[in-house]
Amino acid sequence: MDGRGTIELVGVFKRFGDGTVAVDGVNLKIADGAYCCLLGPSGCGKTTILRMIAGHETPTEGEILIGGENVVGLEPRRRGTAMMFQNYALFPHLSVRDNIAFALRAQGIERKERYRAADAVIEQVQLTALANRMPNQLSGGQQQRVALARAIVTKPRVLLLDEPLSALDEFLRLQMRSELREMQKRLGITFIHVTHTQLEAVAVAEQVVVMDKGRVEQASSARGIYADPASPYVARFMGGQNVLSGVVRSSGDGRAALTGAGGREFELTGQNRQLAAGSAVNFAVRRDEVVLAKAAAAPALGVNALRARVTMTEYQGTYVKVTLAIDLAPGEMNGADEFVAYVPEADFFAKAIQIGDAVVASWQTGSGRLLTGDANAFPRH
Amino acid sequence: MVPARTRLTLQVLPLVVVLLVFFVFPLLIVLAVSFFHYDDMGMKPGFTLENYAAVLDTGLTYRLYWSMIKFAVMTWACTLVIGFLVAYFLVFHVRSKLIAIGLFLVCTVPFWTSNIIRMISWLPLLGKQGLINSALVGTGVIHQPLQFLLFSDFSVVVSYVHIFTIFMIVPIFNTMSRIDRALFEAARDAGLSRLQTMLQVVIPLTRNGIALGSIFVVTLVMGDFYIVKVLSGGGRASILSAVYDDISTLLFPQAAAQSVFLIIIVMLMVGIILRVVDVRKELVDRQ
Repeated sequence: MDGRGTIELVGVFKRFGDGTVAVDGVNLKIADGAYCCLLGPSGCGKTTILRMIAGHETPTEGEILIGGENVVGLEPRRRGTAMMFQNYALFPHLSVRDNIAFALRAQGIERKERYRAADAVIEQVQLTALANRMPNQLSGGQQQRVALARAIVTKPRVLLLDEPLSALDEFLRLQMRSELREMQKRLGITFIHVTHTQLEAVAVAEQVVVMDKGRVEQASSARGIYADPASPYVARFMGGQNVLSGVVRSSGDGRAALTGAGGREFELTGQNRQLAAGSAVNFAVRRDEVVLAKAAAAPALGVNALRARVTMTEYQGTYVKVTLAIDLAPGEMNGADEFVAYVPEADFFAKAIQIGDAVVASWQTGSGRLLTGDANAFPRH
Repeated sequence: MVPARTRLTLQVLPLVVVLLVFFVFPLLIVLAVSFFHYDDMGMKPGFTLENYAAVLDTGLTYRLYWSMIKFAVMTWACTLVIGFLVAYFLVFHVRSKLIAIGLFLVCTVPFWTSNIIRMISWLPLLGKQGLINSALVGTGVIHQPLQFLLFSDFSVVVSYVHIFTIFMIVPIFNTMSRIDRALFEAARDAGLSRLQTMLQVVIPLTRNGIALGSIFVVTLVMGDFYIVKVLSGGGRASILSAVYDDISTLLFPQAAAQSVFLIIIVMLMVGIILRVVDVRKELVDRQ
């Protein structure tokens, strides 16, 4: 790695002619040789960012640096990037081999030479038997491999993948997901992968960039995004977290004591922000760290605990998703968030939890994480 | 439940009947008549190759074919270039669908008047005292009116191109609008210039439309009667005018033989086009 695949976006804006703001001031750094996922709901600007890096779209403002060089205004080919298009954009009049050799032909490489290079890549994606087929004679997964081969044949330093798995069925999606990951490891080049699927992003990427409304909500490792979301939006979008709120009673030494609606008491640790007493804050609690007990077995309510009623259970194999309705304190409004606990399968059946049961949901102090940002930011679906 | 095969047959039947009655049957009559005997009194059923011999024996027939094929090739080349560029502009350069459809309709405006009027309207434009000559003489670019503008091969081809370009635009427009726009970005990503993209991506993907348009234009020119007559100033004649002359002198069998020969020649030309591009694949193999 020589840093030629490092990507940096500095103050990038993209406004379209009709006044819509697709990208609203994005600063982002992607390390050379990293697998990065741009994740967000449709219309969040992730594809526009990808297309601006590729050179198919020009930022209204800001700089895009690849390997330290500002590439705004450069032709796509001059950027050292290659793009894999959402619906593959294979040339229907060319065979698999000619599709893959297409960019080499444009470079003026002679036929024999470019076919040799194409065949080498064709072998890497295991399409040797199909090299002479036309694109419309291939299955979706095979077409995807051709698109991948076509993108890497020019030895780019950055590969841009626009929703690469969205056209595949579930089985193929999982298979291609790991193939992409392996390919990235083998090539050692930067991959930027645009997706709207949370699990896909955290499964493949080292760096996940969660976006909303043209802004970066959080850029972190896959684990960081999932386990330590920065904002209520990210926590809700990634799932796996319950978003709660409270008013700061006291804070210091990395600990904060909060009071929620109805006098519920919460405690947070491991946060290093100074919180003014009396300020309202949001925090997240991992769903798999919530412990349920039948209400009858827990008469007294301690810190980090809620009384609730089970409204739904959903069997997930290794765990059971239990949806709860929190018992409202007098005057408390029903929030838009649902409160969910992921109960280990054995635990769920040992406690014989039923729909309608009154339960106490509690968690360790270390499970709560402070969130910043708009408490009312909900992902659009 | 009616079997699928029967259902298919029933669905095709009306078209088959129409084609049989209005196309195959008249054609068979022409074919039969072309073998009839004839003398001063009229024609008699029979079988003779005399009519074909009469058609193929005169140098006139070959001169007619030579001049018409020349017209067809020139017209084809002009309509192809214009048609392709117009379609390309409409499909890829006009951003708004509505404006594209509007401009497409503008292309059909010449068809709102009759063929004859469209043809005649070239006379005041191209004539010796016509618009172009007066303008050129008036501005002092030339001193003598250009003679070749009207009643010449030039004016014939101009009129053909004017009237037949739309038949090239429509099929090319059709195949072109089915091209996935992402292919342009893929081509750009591969480092192709606009011109290279047109040559390596757009033209190969529109070849079926080009072939269909070519068939239209070539057959229309070969079957022309009036345009040559009027715009060449009587200096040239078409194959159909030979047929017409035969008919007006009641030489029906010879007219029929001439017609059959024309059909064979045109079918050969279409055959050559289909050899280059398999249009049927385009029509049938749509996913």
